[in-house]
Amino acid sequence: MMLQMTGVHAHYGHVHALRGIDLSVQVGEVVTLIGANGAGKSTLMTSLFGAPRCSSGQIIFDGEDITRLPTHQISHRGIALVPEGRRIYPRMTILENLQMGVSYADPSNFEVDLKRMEALFPILESRRHQAAGTLSGGEQQMLAIARALMSRPKLLLLDEPSLGLAPLYIRKVFEIIQELNRDYGMTILLVEQNANHALKVAHRAYVLQHGEIVLSGTGQELLSDPAVRAAYLDGGSH
Amino acid sequence: MAQALQQLINGLTLGSVYGLIAIGYTMVYGIIGMINFAHGDVYMVSAFIAVTTFTLLAALGVSSVPLALLVVLVVAVLFTSAYGWTVERTAYRPLRNSTRLAPLISAIGMSIFLQNMVQVTQGARVKPVPPMLSDGITLFTSGSYSVRISSAQILIIVLTVVLMAGFTWLITRTAFGRQQRACEQDRLVTAFLGYNVDRIISLTFMIGAALAAVAGVMVTMYYGVVDFYIGFVAGIKAFTAAVLGGVGSLPGAMLGGLIIGLLESFWASYLSPEYKDIGTFVILIMVLMFRPSGLLGRPEVEKV
Repeated sequence: MMLQMTGVHAHYGHVHALRGIDLSVQVGEVVTLIGANGAGKSTLMTSLFGAPRCSSGQIIFDGEDITRLPTHQISHRGIALVPEGRRIYPRMTILENLQMGVSYADPSNFEVDLKRMEALFPILESRRHQAAGTLSGGEQQMLAIARALMSRPKLLLLDEPSLGLAPLYIRKVFEIIQELNRDYGMTILLVEQNANHALKVAHRAYVLQHGEIVLSGTGQELLSDPAVRAAYLDGGSH
Repeated sequence: MAQALQQLINGLTLGSVYGLIAIGYTMVYGIIGMINFAHGDVYMVSAFIAVTTFTLLAALGVSSVPLALLVVLVVAVLFTSAYGWTVERTAYRPLRNSTRLAPLISAIGMSIFLQNMVQVTQGARVKPVPPMLSDGITLFTSGSYSVRISSAQILIIVLTVVLMAGFTWLITRTAFGRQQRACEQDRLVTAFLGYNVDRIISLTFMIGAALAAVAGVMVTMYYGVVDFYIGFVAGIKAFTAAVLGGVGSLPGAMLGGLIIGLLESFWASYLSPEYKDIGTFVILIMVLMFRPSGLLGRPEVEKV
């Protein structure tokens, strides 16, 4: 088991954002979390990092209880997040952004990993010394994914990676997710509004509503579930 | 002409001091988005540490001025950084996730506390130190007016240039500098990436305090007198320098410091020494009204 959340509750100020989440991710799986805006998808992702800290429940990652670990030590255990809205460092160069990705990883791997990332995302190579803020949205998303991968994580969290991107880049993002999983065995937890795409690449999926998991199953099962179709797929996706 | 040159030298000296203090304001603003109003008083504390150490060294019979200065600089930088760390730890960190106004009020409280602490423990009277490095070079004499640069002025300007260069290198070229800039741009993501943001903030306060400490030692040596109130005036001028340069911009703080120093010297010499501070504060008001992002700052853009 890579990740196991049991009975996780979390609050954002007075908002009870997560209400007893039970969720698991197995090694080598792509798991997706779908749900409407404000359902608590992003909160679930960042609660793994203690932001917000869960008020009750337990998070086990790779056999270790990380529920109370300080935020900055979580990634050291092997979890990397590609945050919603990319949140690359706009006033740093692409190279510096990638350097920021290796807070705990073995620094001697840096050159090798840099080459790997530039092979995976060719647009980054020619622009190493360019400010990241000058990249297009899609390019920034590639950089955000590359930054997360620089730490060689065991679990990759992707929060709305296709949001606001041109169709070309949306396709590219889902290709990369599949490629990382298939070719590198990367375990991925994916949050998406684009339920149609997400369910197609996922092995398993959870549906989140008002901070609760209301449905789970394989990607195929949910794709053909009439309730899911009505709520998240037909006309709802973009 | 001779008078202008003399004021240029005096202004550069003064501007160096303001620039060193202004960096502390701008760095702290950059990383946690608040003005550390206790920063001027941290600078004042460093001047008292300098006086105490000078006196102690004199009592111990150290007569070599360069040696004494070096020791005083090291002692002042160490103790003042500890002050910077403590101020952040006690007055600001507990309020990290509260409203924007709370740490500001706390900062003003810390400023009053430091002033009173020094007043009570050191006395309210002006403390003198024996003059040092008062020799100098007469550059040229025109009529009865001779243009002079003192050893203290040379030391202040040279030391400032060296520190600014070292500091720029630290911020732009080292891993710590990269993490510091990362925290300025996105603290939460920096923590997610595995960096101890609290530690980076603490170090930022310590670096700011260390630079202010150098300024404090220099001023003590240059003017020969300190009192518990010097932090307020110097602080507000350095703050003006930071605002003029663009709060959050490091080159801006240096540039702002120089401009304020030069303005003050020329104003005192050509217009009125009694009202020299008016110039500074007119600049503060003008910048806040017409160009709040300063000379080199980025305009504040609300993130979507």
